[in-house]
Amino acid sequence: MTLTLAFTAACLFGLGTYLVLQRKLSRIIIGLGLLTHGANVLLMGSGHRGIPPFIGDGDPGSFSDPLPQALALTAIVITFGVTTLLLALAFRSWLLTRDDEVEDDVGDRAVAVGEGPRKEVSDQVAATAEEDEQDETGVSVHGPGWTGPGARSDDEETDR
Amino acid sequence: MSSLVPLPIALPLVGAALTILAGRSRLAQRIIAVTVLTAVTVISIVLLVHVDREGALVSHGGGWRTMGIALVADRFATVMLVVASVMLLAVLLYAIGEPGAERNHVGFQSVYLVLAAGVAGSFLTHDLFNLFVSFEMMLTASYVLLTLGGRREQVRAGMTYVVISLLASTLFVTALAFLYGATGTVDMAKLPQRIAELPPGVRSAFAVLLLVVFGIKAALFPLFFWLPDSYPTAPSPITAIFAGLLTKVGVYALIRTQTLFFPPDSRPGTLLLFIAGATMVVGVLGAIAQDDVKRILSFTIVSQIGYMVMGLAFFTVAGVAAAVFSMVHHIVVKTALFLVGGLIERAGGSGRLTRIGGMVRTTPLLAALFLLPALSLAGIPPFSGFVSKYALVDAGFASKEYGVVAISLVVSLLTVFSMVRIWAGAFWNPAEDLAGEPEAVSRPRIGRLGGPTFMVLPTAAVVVMSIAIALAAGPIYSFSQRTADDLLRAGPTTEVRER
Repeated sequence: MTLTLAFTAACLFGLGTYLVLQRKLSRIIIGLGLLTHGANVLLMGSGHRGIPPFIGDGDPGSFSDPLPQALALTAIVITFGVTTLLLALAFRSWLLTRDDEVEDDVGDRAVAVGEGPRKEVSDQVAATAEEDEQDETGVSVHGPGWTGPGARSDDEETDR
Repeated sequence: MSSLVPLPIALPLVGAALTILAGRSRLAQRIIAVTVLTAVTVISIVLLVHVDREGALVSHGGGWRTMGIALVADRFATVMLVVASVMLLAVLLYAIGEPGAERNHVGFQSVYLVLAAGVAGSFLTHDLFNLFVSFEMMLTASYVLLTLGGRREQVRAGMTYVVISLLASTLFVTALAFLYGATGTVDMAKLPQRIAELPPGVRSAFAVLLLVVFGIKAALFPLFFWLPDSYPTAPSPITAIFAGLLTKVGVYALIRTQTLFFPPDSRPGTLLLFIAGATMVVGVLGAIAQDDVKRILSFTIVSQIGYMVMGLAFFTVAGVAAAVFSMVHHIVVKTALFLVGGLIERAGGSGRLTRIGGMVRTTPLLAALFLLPALSLAGIPPFSGFVSKYALVDAGFASKEYGVVAISLVVSLLTVFSMVRIWAGAFWNPAEDLAGEPEAVSRPRIGRLGGPTFMVLPTAAVVVMSIAIALAAGPIYSFSQRTADDLLRAGPTTEVRER
């Protein structure tokens, strides 16, 4: 049984690692899901040496250790919340850029293009950044994930 | 007295719930948040004074003495708690003073209070799994704060930040699973004995696994790349509190676990020394290559983390005391710098050094507020940075680690250079010919102070605090020594638990 759990955890970790190394956020999220499942399976497999932390009449040898199960439950809930947040971010990213690819860092690009913080390069990057800012005017009033009903139907049309 | 221990976690959570209920009125939300954080600050100071005099306080969750989750307020936890809650309060006032859409968001105060609870929980908890939960509480709040507003740049940076943090948390759960499998407990009072019974190879594996987990959160050398990418995109007050607190919570967990759990022979001292040296050098070189005020400051966070880890890596009382002192110094100074950085961006209309200039004339107060913590960060006497670096170098000589001491001194010099670049670019050099650019016209009007009064006052308060650390360096350093003594003997917390 322990061997099966270990094997499952290993598979989940392997697949998760592969998916996390992709550039699309949707794949990264699935990868993270697999990784956290792997960690939880590992947690379940870790509970045999513990003492049952409650008082009872039965034979303690017949109890399974409840602590790792409680820990796994907590970890699952936390991961669930964070994954939901990531999905919302991916959706937001898709609304703003039509893509959920994780982009390169603006400052890194600036340093990579010119060998240092020279004026022309910064201005060039600044210009693109300003364009970005113009794109999103009027979007953030209602908070994340909201672009108004009109904008959303437009999105669907372009998709079709 | 020990009934006060859970309050720094409980009060902000209650406050967060109340601010949600008071969602219709921003004023009520602000009053609740400020009141709660003031109360937490007072409680932490009371705890600090009491703990320093009488020894560590323990609070058992639900009264389950041997099985429940314990909260322990010892010297290290309370001193961090005091500094953290003061910073949280100052930054909250700054955020309230800043006119802007994001801070008026209905969720801001609630999420901010959850962040405060998470930070307090990470400091006080004495259970490794509860540490994970507190970390998550803090991090989840930080994800929301970072992306509040949903601008494109924030979403991009937020994705990297959330993914890397979630990955670190998964590794943490994995480490916990192995640790529980090997020792049968996650209680930090029982772990040291159980870990000591393990074979040395397994012990070293755990030491390195926990080092990786907290290394990601603390932004140590090979694992720091997410920090300068994500921090600068957040609004200034949020960057300030992230810069001041979040990485330091990682360093706190690192110091706590490495000193408490592992007997001297399985502590990764040499590895930590290499990591510390590399973190210092790479961080400061990154800072020199940047052109944006917040990005330069973000890279110097990485560099300064190297100093704290260097203190820890000696594993001597002098070294760990120096690390504790630099944490206190660094939280205050870094928060101050980022708050001023926000004001510079506001007054100059941009954070890029090539676009601003001549602010020593237009906003002399900001120039002074920047210069004091900047010199302190670089370690110029008579500021607190000098005391912390002197203590580190002294500890390094005592441990005969001359290589890393030399690196730290060179990095110190380069830190001066990076700070002088901000000083020259933003304040000293005359503003370049900006008349033709529309940006020069559309700047917000800046008053005599260099910004809105309620942004400048908290900033000034934090700067004054950083000077106060230098003035009170003697008592704070001897306190740090007592803290280090506690940590390395791994004594009081365990003894108190057994009682």
